[in-house]
Amino acid sequence: MVNATRTASSNPIGSVLVVGGGIAGVQAALDLADTGYFVHLIEKTSAIGGAMSMLDKTFPTDDCAM
Amino acid sequence: MDKCIACGTCAEKCPRKVTDEYNAGLGKRKAAYVKFPQAVPLKYVIDKDHCIYFEKGKCRACEKFCPTQAVNFDDQDREFTLEVGSVILAPGFEPFDPGVYDTYSYSHPNVITSMEFERILSSSGPFEGHLVRPSDHQEPKKIAWLQCVGSRDIHHCDNGYCSGVCCMYAIKEAAIAKEHAGADLNTAIFFMDMRTPGKDFDKYYERAKAEKGVRFIRSRVHSIEPLPGTDDLAIQYVTEDGRITEEVFNLVVLSVGLQISKDTLELAEKLGVEIGDGRFAATSPFQPVQTSRTGIYVCGVFQSPKDIPLSVMEASAAAAESATLLAPARNSLTRKPPELSEKDVAAQEPRVGVFVCHCGVNIAGVVDVEAVADYAETLPGVAYVERNLFTCAQDTQDKMKQIIEEHNLNRIVVAACSPRTHEALFQETLKQAGLNKYLFEMANIRNQGSWVHMNEPEAATEKAKDLVRMAVAKVALQQPLGEMQLGVTKSALVVGGGIAGMTAALTLADQGYPVTLVERKDVLGGHGRKLYSTWDGQPVAPFLDELIKRVEAHPEITVLTKARITDVQGFVGNFHTVLDVDGQRREVDHGVAVIAVGAHSLKPDEYGYGKSDRIFLNLDLDQAIGERDERIVTARSAVFIQCVGSREPDRPYCSRVCCSHSIENALRLKKLNPDMDVYVLYRDIRTFGLRENLYKEARARGVLFIRFDLENKPVVQVASDGTLKVTVKDHVLQRPVVLTPDILTLAGAIVMRESEADELAKMFKVPVNAEGFFLEAHAKLRPVDFATDGVFVAGLAHYPKPTEECIAQAKAAASRAATVLAKDSITAGGVVAVVNKDLCCGCQGCVQCCPFGAIDYLEREGKCEVNQALCKGCGTCAATCPSEAITLLGFSHLQLYAQIDEALSA
Repeated sequence: MVNATRTASSNPIGSVLVVGGGIAGVQAALDLADTGYFVHLIEKTSAIGGAMSMLDKTFPTDDCAM
Repeated sequence: MDKCIACGTCAEKCPRKVTDEYNAGLGKRKAAYVKFPQAVPLKYVIDKDHCIYFEKGKCRACEKFCPTQAVNFDDQDREFTLEVGSVILAPGFEPFDPGVYDTYSYSHPNVITSMEFERILSSSGPFEGHLVRPSDHQEPKKIAWLQCVGSRDIHHCDNGYCSGVCCMYAIKEAAIAKEHAGADLNTAIFFMDMRTPGKDFDKYYERAKAEKGVRFIRSRVHSIEPLPGTDDLAIQYVTEDGRITEEVFNLVVLSVGLQISKDTLELAEKLGVEIGDGRFAATSPFQPVQTSRTGIYVCGVFQSPKDIPLSVMEASAAAAESATLLAPARNSLTRKPPELSEKDVAAQEPRVGVFVCHCGVNIAGVVDVEAVADYAETLPGVAYVERNLFTCAQDTQDKMKQIIEEHNLNRIVVAACSPRTHEALFQETLKQAGLNKYLFEMANIRNQGSWVHMNEPEAATEKAKDLVRMAVAKVALQQPLGEMQLGVTKSALVVGGGIAGMTAALTLADQGYPVTLVERKDVLGGHGRKLYSTWDGQPVAPFLDELIKRVEAHPEITVLTKARITDVQGFVGNFHTVLDVDGQRREVDHGVAVIAVGAHSLKPDEYGYGKSDRIFLNLDLDQAIGERDERIVTARSAVFIQCVGSREPDRPYCSRVCCSHSIENALRLKKLNPDMDVYVLYRDIRTFGLRENLYKEARARGVLFIRFDLENKPVVQVASDGTLKVTVKDHVLQRPVVLTPDILTLAGAIVMRESEADELAKMFKVPVNAEGFFLEAHAKLRPVDFATDGVFVAGLAHYPKPTEECIAQAKAAASRAATVLAKDSITAGGVVAVVNKDLCCGCQGCVQCCPFGAIDYLEREGKCEVNQALCKGCGTCAATCPSEAITLLGFSHLQLYAQIDEALSA
């Protein structure tokens, strides 16, 4: 298993690259932008939304995925 | 891209049809296309691989017809170099391609994947939401779902894991299909174990069975055979009692699993990120979103197979990790919009400007827009009218700003499309022109006019006039709405000192926010103290000790033990909480709160629990194994009983962790003594995700699994000499099996002590569900937020879950909390409700119906009051108030009555 330790730089860059514009990437990007970081969100296709945008409804509430 | 106004002309004119990947290959799109109607960004693109111009050097129809010259054939791929402080990987999954199952006839048009079925159900799908099968577009009468296609399978593919979502989505698809086609639709789900271990999932499953009549057949189907002479398919399967049966279906859906794409694996390799089991990113349960490379985090399915809420949770957790790593650089690269001044027009007579949009031919092709514009000029208060080909186009916005200034307009109506998509854009233009953004109204003459009445142009035109008249009447009564800024106390209160609470506290403190951590007991650690190891065998104690040490030593964390909350006042950014700390009163100001109070393990009142020292709960067994207890070391036979107190009528939920926990312990016993007979009596084995490996290993090591039904639960007898007898009806043998284990372990439920949670819930104005677990704002998209702003939830208090999910959720709660603490002020006001206290009779109907806990009843005055910082402007209270004492600003009764009067005046 991994054993990564955080080695915080004292002078880091205040921006983050988020790879993937599905629901996870979008949420990560929003949280970071809302906490004061510049976000580069990159997505392979022409629109964000990922797999969730293809779903009709979502369990267990039957809310519309869109 | 800036020029595209998404009018769709390019797609309309494009002569090339291409298979539409958004519709899972079931429909066609053009080579000039937008991925889906709600796409963000809403911009059309040209598919270079299929465009006729790129193939043959001519066509350019899109370019010719584009009204805004937005088509650029010379556009090239460009390379960017970005300097970033951290990277978050959220590349997602690819649905498994079932073509490799040579006996499933996937090439047959009526054998489809679950993703294809999603598109068939969707109103934006290939059949516009009509449930028909691909071959002949006939409505199916009988549909089958086959589970575990590309999951729990190392024969056809290398996906030994459980994808964790297919059981639930299949139930959903079957239930929704019945909603589309009517109750007569015959739906059957063929499955091995029904895995519905998430919050409210089991209830959904039971409802599908009992109320919707979805059939659940426990059988692994070997093959799907096309029925000659028809478009139907025959499925042969073995029933539970061993009979071979055949059924014919009109449509078969393969519930395909989730897998990591080759592209993602290549990306991981490039980034030096280690790949683990099942080709998911390697992580540890104690650092669930940390990859093998410092500064690179992972979330979503690439971390391990999971559903939407867990993905969202991990996304926030990954954001928290990044934010912690980069805390010294916060706000160093973000930009703030310039502040704009606003003209005071409150006392002015209305001078309404009306902009009528053609939306290309979308509106003007049906509605006589010229007549609508002429009519608007006759309406009272209207000072200016014009028509635009596309009102939303950037050049029109620039022009609108100019016109507002030139003509001294103080109210604006745009007669175009939906405020849902375009209101913010126009409001921004109003702000640029120095107008209060609320002095604005949209008349939706497209969606509610030209689109729904496309065959009745005259009626559509009349309706457009009505809508414009109503909008003008409403906006004329609109007053500028103020927004105010409220300060934020930049500190947090975390309630509960278990793994979740401590993780949340550390995550916030590491970002520089002071945290008060409140624990009811005299020590930190919570449930974690009783845990022996994580599901993959890593010891919990060293991790917990380290966590406690870090929390206690952290300069930004104040730990209060033997502490309990007695009162909470205030709201997001400005809470004031009173505590009882070992008999002493203490007060804390904080901007946010995280509720992580944990849950309890059930003390069973069945299966002889308490009648023998050889009957354990899993947590006690952990300890006994750890201590090499005599009872364990000498045991030659062990039995586990699953679902003790879970999935029962009065506790209708799955406790999520017990299957893995029992199997872990079963394996530990086998390791201790390979000759020990170990039986697991279960209802469904729910080793979701990579935990499936445990189940596989247990079977390989000879652990025996016997399934039982709720109707035929095992019977435990404790003889006077202390010997145990367990009787269970074996499903395969169809007869009772008698076991005489030396030790019996009960997989007890995880429960909330409701009174405790209720008290806290009331103080923080947050809800709990029927089982006493705290209820998040949205099951999918806001899994750690409450509807009440500034309060968040993490850990077992939300729902039973394993350690790594508690940690991810705690980090997520901290991330969400940090979005509040990062602000210097919060904006309140705008479209909010206000109570006219002179009219308020204090009935508290509004307090009851407010979903955001934004309304207080002031005991002293006997009146209600809306907290503007919490109000979301939904208007429920205004509609509920029997004496019209509540006004929703921007939607006052006066305005709504004026609109209604105008609607009826035609």
